[in-house]
Parts: sequence; structure tokens; C-alpha cells
Amino acid sequence: MGMIDRLGQNLYYLVSIILFIIGFHTMLTHNNLIKKIMGMNIMDAALFLFFVSIGYIQGGQAPILTENAGRLVNPVPSALILTGIVISVSFTAFALALVVLLYKHYGTLDADKILALRSKNYEQH
Amino acid sequence: MQDIVLELVTRLLIPFVQLLGAYILLHGHLSPGGAFSGGTIIGTSLIFYSMAFRYSKRRHLLKHDTSMKFEAGGALLYVVVGLIGILFGFRFLTNQGVFPIGTPGRLWSSGMILLVTLGLGVKVASTVFTMFQELLEGGTELDGHD
Amino acid sequence: MRSFLSLLVLLGLGALLITAVAEMPLFGAPDSPAHQGIAIKYVSDAPHDTGAINVISAIILDYRAFDTLGEATVLFVAVVAVSAVLSKR
Repeated sequence: MGMIDRLGQNLYYLVSIILFIIGFHTMLTHNNLIKKIMGMNIMDAALFLFFVSIGYIQGGQAPILTENAGRLVNPVPSALILTGIVISVSFTAFALALVVLLYKHYGTLDADKILALRSKNYEQH
Repeated sequence: MQDIVLELVTRLLIPFVQLLGAYILLHGHLSPGGAFSGGTIIGTSLIFYSMAFRYSKRRHLLKHDTSMKFEAGGALLYVVVGLIGILFGFRFLTNQGVFPIGTPGRLWSSGMILLVTLGLGVKVASTVFTMFQELLEGGTELDGHD
Repeated sequence: MRSFLSLLVLLGLGALLITAVAEMPLFGAPDSPAHQGIAIKYVSDAPHDTGAINVISAIILDYRAFDTLGEATVLFVAVVAVSAVLSKR
């Protein structure tokens, strides 16, 4: 089986890698700090998609054990990724708080301008 | 700017949002959902109120002190439920043997999980609301009165 | 220059990750290594051990309840940090 065939079968993994690259590109090329945080959130979403899609089993239902339950998906990745979601929310809130503080102090959200302002302040002292 | 339509629609919608949140919270051991999803929905309803009534007189539904008390109380309930296991001679956070498990599939079953879900849901709801309120008021100059 | 350099890095990283992903077990295959081991025990024993028919609830609030206590601590610390950064008193 060729690589293209395998990638076509593992389509969810491929899409999560593409989302990860999009988020990384957003973090690398944008100067706005809020856009950097949005890029990090896109990377988080890509990781969650990747991890949860590992747990899927062909024809599986949600892991609720009712009487007429058939084949169930693997519950362990879904349970573990909850920790990741909580940490992502906490991290986003803390980063946004720091961005609010930076904007109040420097008056801009541009990372390069903040760096320039900081080095200018450093030379004056 | 006060908007009468927004306030009226918000007042009509919030009970249903909170009912959905309470349902997801209480049925966490029976259906998809649980403490984090239900708590987030209840916290979102509080944010909804706080955004719609931002410029009217009844602005503060939940003060910071009360919200922090709810949050600490939720975490404390979790730890106390865990310590009950030690009291009965088992390990920290033991369910089987300490709490009545009941028949699986009923609402009053699964012992510790229901208690812990309630505590964690209250904690998550107040956490979401407190984070939003801090970020909203931290950006304004006039000490929270914008 | 900067955008060209970052594009180069991203292309390299993307090629690496995509070749790694192509070698993974097939999506949804029941015999992949992720579905062996502890997952079978959780699915079969959860109602008897914990009384909850939702297996994910049983895992996060009973089998791994200490981990969830850590999550609650992370949320608490995040709220305290946001308050400490943004409060004016």
C-alpha cells in the first residue's frame, strides 16, 4: 500500500497535521500578540483532534453502556484530552491577562514595536 | 447604552440555558457531558447576563468575593469527598465500598461521582465567570466602573 | 526574508509529520495498539466498579480522580494568576 493510499485512509491525522501547521504559521508570521494566542489555540485544537481520532474504532458509538450498545469507541483518549482542554483554557486566560497589561503599559499590541520600546528604555537607564 | 430588547430577550433565555446546564451537570454519569461541560454552560449563562446588563443598574449578579467563595467551596467539596475515603480506611478518593453505588443507569447511583460532579461544576462555572469578569474590568481605567 | 524562512521551517516540519502520520495504524482499525490493554478493562468493568454507565465519567472521576483534582488545581491557579495580574489593589 502506497503512502498516498495510507494518507487517504488516515485522513483525520492528515487534517490535524495541516491544522497544526496553520496554527504554527500564524504564530510565526504575525506580530499581533492576540493573533499569536489565536494561533496557539488552533495548534491546541489540532492536537485534540489528533488525539481523539486515535481512539475511534470503525462503527463505534459513544462509550455509554446502555442495554442496546454495540461496539464502543476507546474512552481513554477522550478522557485524557479533557486535561488538555482545561490547561488550554487556563493558559489562554493567563496569556490574555498579560496582553491586557502589556497594552496598558506600552500602548501597542505589536511584538516588534514592544521590543523596540523596551530596548530604547534600556538604553536610557 | 441600555437596550431594552437585549435585556428582555436575555431575561427570557437565561432560565433555559441554566436548565440545560443543570441537566448536563446532573446526568454526567448517564449521558455525554459532565462537570466541565455543564459548568461551562452555567458559567456562560452568567456571562450572558453580565454582558446584557452591563449598562443598567442591576449590573452585578455575582460579586467577585462571592464567586471566589463558590470556587473555593467547589474545590473543598472535592477534597472533603476524597478524605471520607481515608476516614473509612481506604485510599484517597475511593468510591467502591465507601459510597452507596446503587443500580447503574439510575440518577441516584454511582456514589462519589455525583457529589464530585456537583462540586466541580460549581467550581468550573465560577471560574469561567471570574476569568471573563477580570478580563473585562482589567482593561478599563476606572476601577471596574466603565 | 522572515516569511520565506518560516515557510521553509514549516514545510520541513510538515513533511516530517506527514511521513510519520502515514506510518501510523489505520484510522478506526479495531486491532491497533491503542485499543488493547487498559481500555478493554475500563469498558467491561466500569458499571460494576463505579456505578456509572458513562465510561468517560467513570474514568475521569473515579479511576483517575486524583488527576482531575490536579485539573481543578490548574484552573484555580489560573484564576488566581489572572486576578493577581489584573487587579489594581
